[in-house]
Amino acid sequence: MSSIPGELLIDQGPPRPRGDWTLEHHAALRRRIGETRGAAVGTPESLAEIAALDTAGAALLAELTGAERLAGIDDWAPQLPAERRALLRAVGEALLRCEPPAAQRSHPLRGPLADIGRRMEDIGHQQKQLLGFIGRVLATLATSAWRPRRWRLTSVVAQIHQTGLDALPIVALLTFLVGAVVAFLGATVLRDFGATLYTVHLVAYAFLREFGVILAAILLAGRTASAFTAQLGAMKANEELDALRTLGLDPVALLVLPRVVALTISLPILTFVGMLSGILGGAMVCLVALDISAAQFLAILERDIAIQHFLVGMGKAPLFAFVVAVIGCLEGFKVSGSAQSVGEHTTSSVVQSIFMVILLDALTALFCMEMGW
Amino acid sequence: MVNEQVDDGFRPLIRVRDLENRFGSHVVHQELDLDLERGEILGVVGGSGSGKSVLLRSIVGLLRPSAGRIEVFGEDLQQLSASARSRVERRFGVLFQRGALFTSLTLAENVALPLIEHAGLPRSEAEALARLKLALAGLPGKAATQYPAELSGGMIKRAALARALALDPEVLFLDEPTAGLDPIGAAAFDRLLMTLRDALSLSVFLITHDLDTLYTACDRVAVLAQRRVLVAGPLESVAATDEAWIHDYFHGPRGRAAENAARTA
Repeated sequence: MSSIPGELLIDQGPPRPRGDWTLEHHAALRRRIGETRGAAVGTPESLAEIAALDTAGAALLAELTGAERLAGIDDWAPQLPAERRALLRAVGEALLRCEPPAAQRSHPLRGPLADIGRRMEDIGHQQKQLLGFIGRVLATLATSAWRPRRWRLTSVVAQIHQTGLDALPIVALLTFLVGAVVAFLGATVLRDFGATLYTVHLVAYAFLREFGVILAAILLAGRTASAFTAQLGAMKANEELDALRTLGLDPVALLVLPRVVALTISLPILTFVGMLSGILGGAMVCLVALDISAAQFLAILERDIAIQHFLVGMGKAPLFAFVVAVIGCLEGFKVSGSAQSVGEHTTSSVVQSIFMVILLDALTALFCMEMGW
Repeated sequence: MVNEQVDDGFRPLIRVRDLENRFGSHVVHQELDLDLERGEILGVVGGSGSGKSVLLRSIVGLLRPSAGRIEVFGEDLQQLSASARSRVERRFGVLFQRGALFTSLTLAENVALPLIEHAGLPRSEAEALARLKLALAGLPGKAATQYPAELSGGMIKRAALARALALDPEVLFLDEPTAGLDPIGAAAFDRLLMTLRDALSLSVFLITHDLDTLYTACDRVAVLAQRRVLVAGPLESVAATDEAWIHDYFHGPRGRAAENAARTA
């Protein structure tokens, strides 16, 4: 089987195809066909000089003969080999079946405007869905709370392990570093007032009230909400959720509840560790840069920082955990089939949960300020 | 087509010798020999779990065998450089058991992808050719713009066949192509396979449980059992082999029905 580049002779008379009409020579043949300006191939003899032919070449031939004539090849070129006729006929028939794609033309402004509208609608729809899902989770929680036999302890403990214990090192390291940074900032600003001692207060207030919980929650949103979405999304794509339903099992009770419960236990623990480790980072900077000894640091903490700050911080943890877990699971349920969709919803779950955590934090800060807590 | 190894036309296209595949202590293949001749449709049958798909994956190079030698177009895939391997792999078309379409692309884009990447066609032309291949595989025109998630199992199979045919390969590997198709679709598939084989001188490695396909389309049948190819040859001689599993397979109620159907057709 030697290779002869496919060509189209158009010098004299009707165009005559020759050589290999295969995918390899597609580009060159396509150019030649463009040059024929619609001169048609019609005689059986003109097809006899083709050496090798594949479906790509047959599709090109169809542009010379027309798909209908190709489909009816048996009538006008019976002397061609049967295999070749079968191929040409199959390609011709297939071409008759496939219609050209519908051309889409619209006003240039319409696309972007429609996009904005769709997005706004999506946002509204999303919030409604989230509220509905929260209601469903709470209702399921309420019904199974009375039945200890329905508590899925193993599942909850496994989730606490994954979302809490495994996240401890990274939370501790991150808050330690941020604690050190806050202490540095405090030391720099407060030095001008000769009030460097108040760095201790700054670090303690910041971590007990805000940073401990919010850093832990954001880490959890990035680490765990995305994991929930991917897990449930893969199950959804594989019809596993449907299988659960047909077995008479409720995916919310079986998959969502253990995750939500586990997270509402993990995040307070992570928050506590984050507070300690952030204050430790601050204490280290105080010791090294400001000559405040550890004993002095602790004495100030004990004397000046009321327990309520700790309680405000810890109180937010379960709320944030619930929101992060619910958003992660809901986005997982929204996944539809494709790999693209898993990616989109994982992104969306992280963005949404971080956004909600910060929004809720701002609202509680305002609330606490008004209440004088 | 430029291929230097084609000259020795007597050698089989694919030659598997002493193949061994094991996963941990689980031995799937041992001393397995198999040939695929040029231009033939080879049906590979075997019980569930007998390693048919593993054999396919070994031949196309997705799985490195534990031992043994696999020659494709006279070359050992494992010994080739990455670029030479890619050139050989372009001459394969593979239809996976579950389609393995790219879920984030439409069907036309799925088929057009190799045409754009390997054959270097411009996008519009690649998609026009892709629509032709989809129609060849028996899909309606409007399916071209749909995503795999929107399709039924049978349509996914057809689309996967269209993608396997995208580069007009020389060897087609099909893993249970007619499973999940309705009988009319399956019969059309068999006819399509034979048309393509005749027209493009394809060689086909066909894993199937479909006895009708075996009787109508296959030139030779290889039976995979006891970790090797127990017997390979024309259907009649294989069916006549005196072995319990083969006997049950070809002379069970379904086997007899398919044989009768083939005889009367």
